[in-house]
Amino acid sequence: MSATWVVYFKEMRESLRDRRVLMNSLLLGPLLGPVLFLVLMRLVIGRELEKAERPLPVVVIGAERAPELIDAMKQMGLVVKPAIADPELAVREQRIDLALRIAADFGAAWRAGRPAQVEIIYDSSRREGGSDVDRLRGMLDSYSHRNGALRLLARGLAPSIASPLVVANRDTATPQGRGALLFAMLPYMLVLTIFIGGLWLAIDSTAGERERQSLEPLLANPVPRDRILLGKLLATASFSTASLTLGLLAFLCVGMFMPTEQLGMSLALGPHFFAIALPVLVPLVLLLCIGQILIAAFARSVREAQTYLGIAQLVPLIPSIVLSVLPVKAQLWMYAVPLLGQQLAIMRLLRAEPVPALALALSAVVTLLAATAVFLLTRRVYDSERLAIAT
Amino acid sequence: MIEVQGLHKSFGARRAVDNVSFSARDGEITGLLGPNGAGKTTTLRMLYTLMKPDAGTVRVDGRDAVLEPLAVRRTIGVLPDSRGIYKRLTARENIEYFAALQGMDAEATRQSCDTLIATLGMQEIAGRRTEGFSQGERVKTAIARALVHAPRNVLLDEPTNGLDVMATRGLREFLRGLKAAGRCVLLSTHLMQEVAALCDRIVIIAHGRVVADGTPAQLRELAGEQQLEEAFVKLIGETP
Repeated sequence: MSATWVVYFKEMRESLRDRRVLMNSLLLGPLLGPVLFLVLMRLVIGRELEKAERPLPVVVIGAERAPELIDAMKQMGLVVKPAIADPELAVREQRIDLALRIAADFGAAWRAGRPAQVEIIYDSSRREGGSDVDRLRGMLDSYSHRNGALRLLARGLAPSIASPLVVANRDTATPQGRGALLFAMLPYMLVLTIFIGGLWLAIDSTAGERERQSLEPLLANPVPRDRILLGKLLATASFSTASLTLGLLAFLCVGMFMPTEQLGMSLALGPHFFAIALPVLVPLVLLLCIGQILIAAFARSVREAQTYLGIAQLVPLIPSIVLSVLPVKAQLWMYAVPLLGQQLAIMRLLRAEPVPALALALSAVVTLLAATAVFLLTRRVYDSERLAIAT
Repeated sequence: MIEVQGLHKSFGARRAVDNVSFSARDGEITGLLGPNGAGKTTTLRMLYTLMKPDAGTVRVDGRDAVLEPLAVRRTIGVLPDSRGIYKRLTARENIEYFAALQGMDAEATRQSCDTLIATLGMQEIAGRRTEGFSQGERVKTAIARALVHAPRNVLLDEPTNGLDVMATRGLREFLRGLKAAGRCVLLSTHLMQEVAALCDRIVIIAHGRVVADGTPAQLRELAGEQQLEEAFVKLIGETP
């Protein structure tokens, strides 16, 4: 048996006996993303649905001045709350979200056919009240239009005279497209799963082995150091891949529980997604694992390695943020950027859009080349005299 | 047989090893004796090819350690300064791991493990995970895995460090056994009693240099002292 596999099987055996490694790689890593995601999405989607249907309680000042308006709005979901003395102050002090004030001369102006005034009192810098304000304004607008039309009819004019322009909304987002927007964070969750899956082994087999003073005797064996490194890399990548596979399966389950249909969207989180996402991400597993080992080899202690790797796991967030903030159109060259390429491919897969085979091949080849380059760099660190000597 | 000729090693401006030459013969126990920080560990690290000398040569059974590090590592067994063992593996699995890295097959590994476990008196602990082992049990495990491939040459860095009296006696007995089997044993120590009790030849190192080299009797003669400890203090040039 070659030395690489000797090291590999020893690392695997040792790690499988470590409850901490198992917890992190095979439980926490795969489940963290999907569970976080499910909770987050249920919260967001649930809230949106709730807001559209639930009654809208509003403090109304001077409700008695416009009984017909208030009755019409009650049918649209308005719940009138009793008036208070100083609504501006109450909004500013965040005691209430918004208030509606009906001007004192409302009745007179209405009867005279002049524009009658109502005021919405709110704080636009507060996110929470935003959709309530929009709903209230929508109720007022629809009442205003209806009565405007009635007045025109009463004067023998067609109501369409007052609407020279008709705006119709035609949203071209496919149902999958809208869902995928919500899922923009999913690729990062998968990357995080890969990262957490290999984390313990990468630290333990390099910085940990040095800290426990077992690296020096290991290196006294007649085995070239790159074989030892390769064995450790393969073991780390095995755990990482296991974590990723479990994570993807967990996402499949999450996909079934997602209330996406209620919002008129669907996500291609089926077996097809699983079958393509896994091979797309495996080259990235190798790159991330050898990167983790490189960082752990530089660190002087386990604690230091944990600190560095904690920072490093935020790096894959960059393409996620860029992709969600800048609506970039996927170009072929982007697939050649490790991390970015995989994220683009995953997002297209989620939208049930085909990913060009050339792009997938390019992504895999460049990522594997990058992994090889990092491997050679790590071998240089491994070949240095300082590596084995615990300080 | 280990031959060291004109060995130099510096860390930055500090000369850790400065023109060290000596040889350790088969069938003898050679002691590298010196105070802490004298350059013993660095010298040994160059012998087992963990470090490259800045100048000088190391020959193990006639092979150059810089030119043929893998071949040299096959002919030596090393108990380094760091002797961590894998705590989630049993003592036997620890030994088997190094046997596999030495390229031994299953049958040879089993025989060698059985012999070493019996010789070192490890029968009761061999099947246990090494987590919670005593210092003596850990050193035994580390020695067993270092010698599993029956190397001609044995290098030990401060082998009795942290061992109690009984464990030390057991270890000395074991090293005498290796000597009787014709192996070349080289150990480093800062303990006078160690070399007095064990070594056929003593190489005294201070400040990275060899200050004396000979049998215990020759060294006593050289320093004009009856007690080896007095001779040692005189030779390394320290005043008590």
